[in-house]
Amino acid sequence: MSFARALLHPAAKPVLFVLCLLPFAWLFYGALANQLGANPAEYLIRSTGDWTLRFLCITLAVTPLRVMAGLPPLARFRRMLGLFVYFYVVLHLLSYSWFDMGFDVADIAKDIAKRPFILVGFAGFVLLTPLAATSFNRAVKAMGAKRWQALHKLVYVIAGLGILHFFWMRSGKNDFAEVAIYAVILAVLLGWRLQQFLRKRKGAQGSSFSLRS
Amino acid sequence: LKSTRSTAAGAVTMEKITDYKDASTYNNFYEFGTDKSDPAKNAHTLKTTPWTVEVDGMVKKPGKYGIEDLLKLSAQEERIYRLRCVEGWSMVVPWVGYPVSKLVEKVEPLGSAKYVEFITQADPKTMPYVGSRVLDWPYVEALRLDEAMHPLALLTFGMYGEVLPNQNGAPVRLVVPWKYGFKSGKSIVRIRFTDKEPKTAWNKAAANEYGFYSNVNPEVDHPRWSQATERRIGEDGLFAKKRKTLMFNGYEAQVGQLYAGMDLKKNY
Repeated sequence: MSFARALLHPAAKPVLFVLCLLPFAWLFYGALANQLGANPAEYLIRSTGDWTLRFLCITLAVTPLRVMAGLPPLARFRRMLGLFVYFYVVLHLLSYSWFDMGFDVADIAKDIAKRPFILVGFAGFVLLTPLAATSFNRAVKAMGAKRWQALHKLVYVIAGLGILHFFWMRSGKNDFAEVAIYAVILAVLLGWRLQQFLRKRKGAQGSSFSLRS
Repeated sequence: LKSTRSTAAGAVTMEKITDYKDASTYNNFYEFGTDKSDPAKNAHTLKTTPWTVEVDGMVKKPGKYGIEDLLKLSAQEERIYRLRCVEGWSMVVPWVGYPVSKLVEKVEPLGSAKYVEFITQADPKTMPYVGSRVLDWPYVEALRLDEAMHPLALLTFGMYGEVLPNQNGAPVRLVVPWKYGFKSGKSIVRIRFTDKEPKTAWNKAAANEYGFYSNVNPEVDHPRWSQATERRIGEDGLFAKKRKTLMFNGYEAQVGQLYAGMDLKKNY
């Protein structure tokens, strides 16, 4: 069975779903079994943040991969992956609010206002919320594809906020090696889209002179 | 490492001692990596024998001390201190050592000496992350002379009754319990007396975030986070609310007078 065929297999989606849940399963087990090191709260907050960024990269890689590798069935998985970004960012926010701030709403509000990197992260979460909320088919229909697409372009802003959040958090230790990796991945994924966009525009201009049309 | 329990005021807290495993695997020692688990993984390369500590600068009796001689310079005491990291976590650690003042008295600082600088090992051959751009190497910390003379400032050789594990700053480190942990330099190779406030590692890296004094102070927040509370490692469960941080890490009665009249918001 070819890879493209495998992607269309009815089991493909459930398999991906389980795979995407594995990091969560590990963190949940690790927290219960006390396997997360000396500071489990910090471990949970950081890991859920890492997984948010990773799923964001994976989601943004779907379209470039689909086009470059010529694998149209990949598009089937984009929504689920995108929703996992939201799943992990909710866990991230929940871990921070719970384990770091003890669910003290006043403290959280103060912290968001005080710390720019928290504000930026929180803004990313807020912007991601309407995207998650409009991910089902009826929302696309109700909004119309154009408006829906325009809204979902917010993901590029969110990616920028996410990387800024991570950069700022790491700037305390002047330790940007990991930040750089995510920044390069996101830059490549967004750069590819920019290139496509420019090519299309150029193509559109060019086509008015072409005989083929 | 043999010792007798210290009788100095504030030297032995009755709080629950942090597990040795946590105290020896959750460390900041950037010469061995910036992740907390890195030092325990990487510090085995540190060579702690032979080891000498050079004492120089404004002293009548400068000299080089072999670690064997330094160990015997004064009676080893056990001290159970709270340790508060600037990052917002804390531990309770039984250290073994003797007051820095014992060494200071031996080398007889000149009247003009006002500060003591602690310069730590920076050997790229045995410390894989020396050379990374995180900090200026070597890692340098310093105290005012009267702070260094305080009976709680400990020149430390062991913990939990044993010699220090490499990742905790073997063979000799500083422990200043009323200041954030980073003030307590690890693997010290030189102690210099001077009349000018030394440039310390974190202060050079981010002066607005890390002052020279860096006394534990719940009322002066780090620019990027609150210092009002802390999480006690291994004790405060995942769902427990963080505990309140105490002024001077709970050593106010002992060290408060060192800072009488100083504006601690400015001199953070």
